[in-house]
Amino acid sequence: MAQKGSAQKAASPGIDAGLARRLLAGMVLIRRFEEKSAEAYAMGKIGGFLHLYIGEEAVAVGATSVLRPDDYAISAYREHGHCLAKGSDPRRMMAELYGRRDGLSRGKGGSMHLFDKTTNFLGGHAIVGAHLPIAAGVGFAIKYRGTDQVIVCYFGDGAVPEGEFHESMNLAALWKLPVVWLCENNRYAMGTSLERALAQTEIWKFGETYGIPCEAVDGMDVLAVRDSVSRAVTRARADKTPTPIEARTYRFRGHSMRDPAGAVYRTKEEVEQEKQRDPILLFREKALAAGWLAEDDVRKIEKDANDLVDEAVAFADASPEPDLSELLTDIFKENGG
Amino acid sequence: MTVMTYREALNLALREEMRRDPRVFVMGEEVGLYEGAYKVTQGMLKEFGPARVVDTPIAESGFTGVGIGAAMVGLRPVIEMMTFNFALLALDQIVNSAAKMCYMSGGQFNVPIVIRGPGGPAHQLAAQHSQSMEAYFYHVPGLKVVRPSTPMDAKGLLKAAIRDDNPVIFIESETLYSVKGEVPEDPDFTIPLGRAIVRREGSDVTVVAYMGMMYRVMEVAEELEKDGISVELVDPRTLQPMDTATILASVRKTHRAVVVEAGAGFAGMGSELTALITEQAFDDLDAPVERVTGASAPMPYARNLERAKTPSKERIIEAIRRVCGGDGSR
Repeated sequence: MAQKGSAQKAASPGIDAGLARRLLAGMVLIRRFEEKSAEAYAMGKIGGFLHLYIGEEAVAVGATSVLRPDDYAISAYREHGHCLAKGSDPRRMMAELYGRRDGLSRGKGGSMHLFDKTTNFLGGHAIVGAHLPIAAGVGFAIKYRGTDQVIVCYFGDGAVPEGEFHESMNLAALWKLPVVWLCENNRYAMGTSLERALAQTEIWKFGETYGIPCEAVDGMDVLAVRDSVSRAVTRARADKTPTPIEARTYRFRGHSMRDPAGAVYRTKEEVEQEKQRDPILLFREKALAAGWLAEDDVRKIEKDANDLVDEAVAFADASPEPDLSELLTDIFKENGG
Repeated sequence: MTVMTYREALNLALREEMRRDPRVFVMGEEVGLYEGAYKVTQGMLKEFGPARVVDTPIAESGFTGVGIGAAMVGLRPVIEMMTFNFALLALDQIVNSAAKMCYMSGGQFNVPIVIRGPGGPAHQLAAQHSQSMEAYFYHVPGLKVVRPSTPMDAKGLLKAAIRDDNPVIFIESETLYSVKGEVPEDPDFTIPLGRAIVRREGSDVTVVAYMGMMYRVMEVAEELEKDGISVELVDPRTLQPMDTATILASVRKTHRAVVVEAGAGFAGMGSELTALITEQAFDDLDAPVERVTGASAPMPYARNLERAKTPSKERIIEAIRRVCGGDGSR
């Protein structure tokens, strides 16, 4: 059982060129997708709330790298990265952000409610804390059916003071549900810092309260996240043990596009300092130094990501608005029996 | 047909559906070992075991969310609220998660869940344990809402609710659990959601009422019959979707309507049905539609105050006489 106050560092065993390429490509794709989303928002093509994942890419990519396609993932409203990492088509995701007919939910969900049944991505939930009991329920269903799937539940530090966090930790521990609770601690719940919200700021320690394995991990280190989640997934598959993991990360942008700089509640110096630990730069340097990747590989990864996101934007631009009949469909599912 | 109590009818519906479909399970506070606070799940732990009759800690939001998550990936949970008053702790899960999942996922994830338990006025349980809750739920697109008044309806509608692919709010009543009635034995007997029933045929006035108020109106109707006023009593059974056709057809026949509801009147079921009848059957009406509603007050504890909170027989009779022109003649 790994219980460490200082964030776990990666041991990085068994890394090869293929895996390194996948991890870097996954993170770069999210970064480009988010940058283009911000541009589209500025042009008025995306409306409402838009919460960018820039700076936190190592968490989604590291975690998903140890999942099987039939495992589940669920998230809150800063979920573009989790959805992309789980394997959704960036074109259909961008079309959803645009509110277009070819979006994942045909434009009815938007940025905060991405769902993809084909990848077992269960949303996109925008009431803080509410998807934690739902994740426990998916764990319950896995156990009920007797399969060895797991669910990864991503949530922010802002969900930790909610009652539903504690109800969910208790139920998952009490009933032994195969859930990996992956807290992305970016230190600010909107503008409220961890210290202003929690009596216990070492979030991973809540796992001790509920008597389950728990750990903190450097959320800027994709390999460390991968190792940590790998341990949790192994436990969950073996005997349904749930694991809370606190991934210490940072969002480089504001809370949403309406808080572009995120400058009121944190200092410019702090943001600049954190950007020195950009998870993409860190892993790129490591991969080059270790010889897993060459400069040419990196350039190709970046070009491919640019191309994919450009295609996604073109696809979203070309997709028509939903038919007006969509207003009144999907409120209820027609009974299939 | 077998005569059984409302409680036994619910128990039988749950057992039959759990025998029929291994995806169905029951979860809630005291449903297993204690056999249900109101004994609706009596004997079920023994028949189905703890994997399918699941006792929970007191964590309504938590276990309701568990049900929603399980339903999203294909199970068919029946979540018991020990009383519906406690469902308010899970209101966000019900309104923001269960009701909207199908819509905001573009139909990818539906939530076949039943949330059931007793609600409405009970006997001297005071403000927090005795109140009409249905208005909170039937206002929300994406929820179906059932209020079953008889043992037969309890069985047939609960089975239909469990087989439904959508979230169903199923509010029973503490005051009806011991009511006896005939119930079909056929395990395939169901009552489709969204169908009202004419409990009593009449020609002078349509009265719409459900649950305890339905029984009160039935007594009133027998008394008024002696005075020559013929009451037609319509029980909607399902409040969402509402069987407007049956109600409108009855009003077009009798030309008069009274809606009786136990809950507070403001923006209640009476407001909705009065608007419906006025909008769609105005030319058929011989008198304005009347509402008889509960007082706009929390439920008091004292017996006399409690009686005054919900519509009395006298108030219902007065309303019916008013719409019927005082002496009941047309």
